[in-house]
Amino acid sequence: MSDDVRRDATGDDAPADAPAEAKDAAAAAKAGAGVVGTPASDTPQTATEAAHEAGAQHLPATAGEGAAGPVLDVVAVRRGMFGAQDTGDTSGYGGLVRTVAMPGPSERPYGGWFDEVVDILAEVLAEQGVPYEAAIEKVVVDRGELTLFVRREHVVTVCRALRDDQDLRFELGLGVSGVHYPADAGRELHAVYHLCSVTHGRRLRLEVAVPDADPHIPSSTPVYPGHDWHERETYDFFGIVFDGHPGLARIEMPDDWPGHPQRKDYPLGGIPVEYKGAHIPPPDQRRAYN
Amino acid sequence: MSEQTPHASAHIVDEGAEGVPTFEATGGDWSQIAEEAARLGEERIVVNMGPQHPSTHGVLRLMLEIDGETVTEARCGVGYLHTGIEKQMEYRTWTQGVTLCTRMDYLAPFFQEVGHCLAVEKLLGITDDVPERATVIRVLLMELNRVASHLVALATGGNELGATTIMTTGFTGREEILKIFELITGLRMNHGFIRPGGVAQDIPPGALDTIRETLPRVRDYIGQLSDLMLGNPIFKGRLVDVGYLGLAGCMALGITGPMLRATGLPYDVRKHTPYCGYETYDFDVPTATEADSYARVVLRIEECHQSLRIVEQALDRLQAMGPGPVMVADKKIAWPAQLAIGSDGMGNSLDHIREIMGTSMEALIHHFKLVTEGFRVPAGQATQAIEHPRGEMLVHLVSDGGTRPYRAHFRDPSFNNLQAVSLMCEGGLLADVVVAVAGIDPVMGGVDR
Repeated sequence: MSDDVRRDATGDDAPADAPAEAKDAAAAAKAGAGVVGTPASDTPQTATEAAHEAGAQHLPATAGEGAAGPVLDVVAVRRGMFGAQDTGDTSGYGGLVRTVAMPGPSERPYGGWFDEVVDILAEVLAEQGVPYEAAIEKVVVDRGELTLFVRREHVVTVCRALRDDQDLRFELGLGVSGVHYPADAGRELHAVYHLCSVTHGRRLRLEVAVPDADPHIPSSTPVYPGHDWHERETYDFFGIVFDGHPGLARIEMPDDWPGHPQRKDYPLGGIPVEYKGAHIPPPDQRRAYN
Repeated sequence: MSEQTPHASAHIVDEGAEGVPTFEATGGDWSQIAEEAARLGEERIVVNMGPQHPSTHGVLRLMLEIDGETVTEARCGVGYLHTGIEKQMEYRTWTQGVTLCTRMDYLAPFFQEVGHCLAVEKLLGITDDVPERATVIRVLLMELNRVASHLVALATGGNELGATTIMTTGFTGREEILKIFELITGLRMNHGFIRPGGVAQDIPPGALDTIRETLPRVRDYIGQLSDLMLGNPIFKGRLVDVGYLGLAGCMALGITGPMLRATGLPYDVRKHTPYCGYETYDFDVPTATEADSYARVVLRIEECHQSLRIVEQALDRLQAMGPGPVMVADKKIAWPAQLAIGSDGMGNSLDHIREIMGTSMEALIHHFKLVTEGFRVPAGQATQAIEHPRGEMLVHLVSDGGTRPYRAHFRDPSFNNLQAVSLMCEGGLLADVVVAVAGIDPVMGGVDR
């Protein structure tokens, strides 16, 4: 298993690079090529139609990115469709290029109480000798939710300011989780903190991005002791090391487990299943709409 | 902490963790603890309780260091039920994710389903398009589920103390609610009934009356439980002032739900950040100030009554609005198939099969596309907070613009609340550990996911 685990982290998703599956898909697309099972002649037809429609859905999204609009944060570029990489790709979508872009930094006014919180936070940070620009990378307001991207060296200071100032008072630290963006060079691992203010009835998210090569973030447990197990879980699943954590051991996986299972380069596992003579590959090796 | 603890020892971890202080609490560490205890030759007894123990509320492992009958150190070992549901969800469509997340906290499946669907709807930007009827059905199911979950909490809590009658009464009461679930969803648990955009189908004819007839029986069981528990001197002797965790401790550890409300803070997500129209329902948030295990029992019983209040209001609304759509009108998101009962059970309706197979090629393509590929969700992330029976549950979904979640994370309240075991048990008696853990009411399926 460890060989699979140590796959190149900069590659695409696991399902995207499965050449064996690509051949299967290509073979299936040739109608009536001696495939066992009655619905064989129907399936390739619908699959091709499906591919056309999937491609059509792509076009407005890719075109829209070029137009004037909110700045987007590109985290990955994907090529092709269904994981087909070689000449066997008869889907016609082998040349498709799709950028994966997360909502980018927002412009003021952020709306609602967001401006107030950001202003007060800047003020409190300045009082403590931390310039706002040094601590907060960017502010993202998306779908009515506020996300502050914090530089890792200041995450504890920001947490303390958010918890202790009476006008901020995010006293409930609800947890930490991780997200892995293997194609986002230098910012592969993100830790996401969920904070809640019972006093003011507000919620916000902190996000800290660190490179895979140096996955260290200061632990937020001195400010939010309840983040203890959450940081252990994030370490367990993503390999983000929270410096200063009182006991950063694995929590869900066994102690001697190699690898961090929630990373994108870590396989889902599973075995092919045989049913009436046909082999169904495990879910992470199936044809997928990447 | 790790430096001072005698049995914190280096263990096999990958190179990324080199130089990081580690504190082993699971797996092969047990032999080392035992060896070290023998070597130190102290009068120190380390008791391993669980993971297969009838009083640990599931596959929870407790490592207790005891001095006589007093617990001097208590630690939890979790992970025995870890099945990688969050990882699995990354390989299934947004709709299929419901089927997976419902299995997390198996005693409160509807809360994961609704949380997931609300987060998907937030990502899609269709929160306001979900039909009112679907939202009311969601509220109805969630509140019935809260009662069922609290009944199990009380029942197993009693069972762990040796009070079998409390167990049988609680489970019989829950059975009444499971019958309602079976009537509406076809299943007693792991329903997969809530779908992004609405619910799988409307409630069957006559279900409203059946629920109305059932509610007095559920109330009766809750009444029997309160009679059995609240006035019982033995029960009070075991629970009063046991497992104390005050407001400061709860806030520091991020503990929510009945445990936090037992300290006097009326924090309830349904009032704090309303979802599913909870702000339009008339209900109270019961609180207590004792912050002990007994107060938590009283609170859970009171919360059952409040939930039944909401259920009645939801029933009235469903009755008043009459039949209507229970799925968003957008055909690019709504599940294409209509369900019907056939001779071999429930499945796609014959009318629908006839249409897609016989008359409309486009309908067939649409069905195929939506069912196999699923719908695309614009890139971004969303967090949905839900008041789960055990506290605040967060569903954090990240989309990369594809047909499957890029990342799905469930902040399960049981997982967080179990951190309180050390605070609640250390310094207390060994027998009180069972009472304290029952007061937390962890469900290991949710803890380990």
